[in-house]
Amino acid sequence: MHFEFQIEGGNFSKAGAASSQLKKILKQLNVDVRVIKRVVVALYEAEVNIVAHAWEGIIYIDIDTEKIEMKLVDKGPGIADIELAMQQGYSTASQEVREMGFGAGMGLPNIKNNSDLLKITSEVGTGTTVAMTVYLNS
Amino acid sequence: MEHNTFHHALKIREDLCIGCSHCMNVCPTEAIRVKHGKSVLYDDRCVDCGECFRVCPVSAIIIDQDDFSRIFDFKYRVALLPSVFTGQFPEDVSLRQIHSVLLELGFTHVFEVENGVEILADAIKAYAARHTDKKPLISSFCPAIVRLIQVKFPSLVDNIMPLKPPLDISAIHIRKSLKQQGAADEETGIFYVTPCAAKIAAIKDPVGDPDSPITGVINMDILFSKVFRQVKQRNQQSCALPVSAPLSGKEICWSLTNGESAWVEGRSLAIDEIHNVIEFLEKLENEEITDIDFLELRACDESCAGGVLTISNRFLTAERLRNHIDNYRTDDDNPHPDSITPISESRDHLLKKVEIRSKISPRSIMKLDENMAEAMRKMEKVNRIMQLLPMVDCGICGAPTCQALAQDIALGNASINYCIFIQKILEQKGELSLDETVAIMQEIWGFGKTNKYRDLKGI
Repeated sequence: MHFEFQIEGGNFSKAGAASSQLKKILKQLNVDVRVIKRVVVALYEAEVNIVAHAWEGIIYIDIDTEKIEMKLVDKGPGIADIELAMQQGYSTASQEVREMGFGAGMGLPNIKNNSDLLKITSEVGTGTTVAMTVYLNS
Repeated sequence: MEHNTFHHALKIREDLCIGCSHCMNVCPTEAIRVKHGKSVLYDDRCVDCGECFRVCPVSAIIIDQDDFSRIFDFKYRVALLPSVFTGQFPEDVSLRQIHSVLLELGFTHVFEVENGVEILADAIKAYAARHTDKKPLISSFCPAIVRLIQVKFPSLVDNIMPLKPPLDISAIHIRKSLKQQGAADEETGIFYVTPCAAKIAAIKDPVGDPDSPITGVINMDILFSKVFRQVKQRNQQSCALPVSAPLSGKEICWSLTNGESAWVEGRSLAIDEIHNVIEFLEKLENEEITDIDFLELRACDESCAGGVLTISNRFLTAERLRNHIDNYRTDDDNPHPDSITPISESRDHLLKKVEIRSKISPRSIMKLDENMAEAMRKMEKVNRIMQLLPMVDCGICGAPTCQALAQDIALGNASINYCIFIQKILEQKGELSLDETVAIMQEIWGFGKTNKYRDLKGI
């Protein structure tokens, strides 16, 4: 099954809408609650990353009976040093974003912990693509 | 043990129901449909919150209770009163008057539920200290909330603290105390005066525990009327029977909003009213909310003061209990010599009994099918149907929303012809006759509503 969600950069009032939708879908599909938790946490973090850093983005989700694949493609500043961004506590978030309770530098590490496959590609000044997979029987 | 349906205290009386769909539209778990002109309850979805009971204009939704005369099957008849019962009365009615009328009505003992509060508060502290990895801990006090989490938020079931409410703790103590005074277990009847339907359901079918120490349940509205009438007729003169030892204000306010969170350490939050709770749990489930240690969640606005079986205005009840509880007591109130012993005597015994031993399991209502591939097929069908439906959530199909109708169709419980918009289009295309559409309406709404308008002359 395929689903797509649009993400608006800078609009925190809608951050989390896609992960909430996906959670509802996975509950209806009788996916194990532990798997749902991992998927939703990973997607929520990635979704907030787009809202916090990028201008806009699209989430593509594919579900089959073995795995859930999520691809988040954004137009934004990109990540100059992905390895550095993956470190816990590292963040380039603005003061404004931090004041809203985001930007603690836990996003990418949290995504990594909650997904089975993670691939991040980025081009500075153009945007970032985060592709993650969670297996149902992992 | 997982079973698919709960015991429900809420029942729809078919003979009284007029099929107005008010209940269907307010149900927070979409557990009600209208069929043949009557509301029908989906047992697996209902959490006994009582929202339907509040809005029914013809009192067709009833709450199961034990017949009052059942108390006389027992030699020792204990009225187990929550503080919100006291809060129903004006402040010039004393606790002594209330208790003495209860004894005249046939009870042999009166005991206040909140006697169990301090022991539970200690048990919560001990449980929290042992489970620092689980955050937030969710109170199991409100049975409608426990059921809501089971059916709608299965991933949060493990966060529920498996501890018995003050009600059970007090009831266990009463049994023990009366036994010591020579009463046999089968001679002792403990009757809880309930402010809501969920408590009844929880007593008749306790979540995670096979049996309850409580014998029966009496609905608060009925007992209030019985007692208040006697108090009125006696012209405010209090009778001479004294009451049990007084409770502290903090104990008395346990069942009000913030009543529990006031006892726990760390960062806690109290949320009342079921829609508020649902909104919060959605976010909690996504882990959008972290760093909270304890959650007090209650299904009713103003917590138990707003229970569906209460009579007094919920804000007044809460205010009375918070600020004027001393007014209910008179200076010469002393514990009665024959009364139940202080609960502190059973402390160690109760602390051992307070934990619910068996597991609270999820009972998800969300899944379209057990099998994921089949669930995916059904979801695709739901999505295809959703493309055709008008998205106005008018409820004419007998389901609360277009989404609910689409799911009912995919699960084989409804037909797409139930949608009035689809009917019109099919009629226009000549695929449904006028008679057929009227027959569909009658299938959903019964004959009464469609026959009313046969003759429009004289309007």
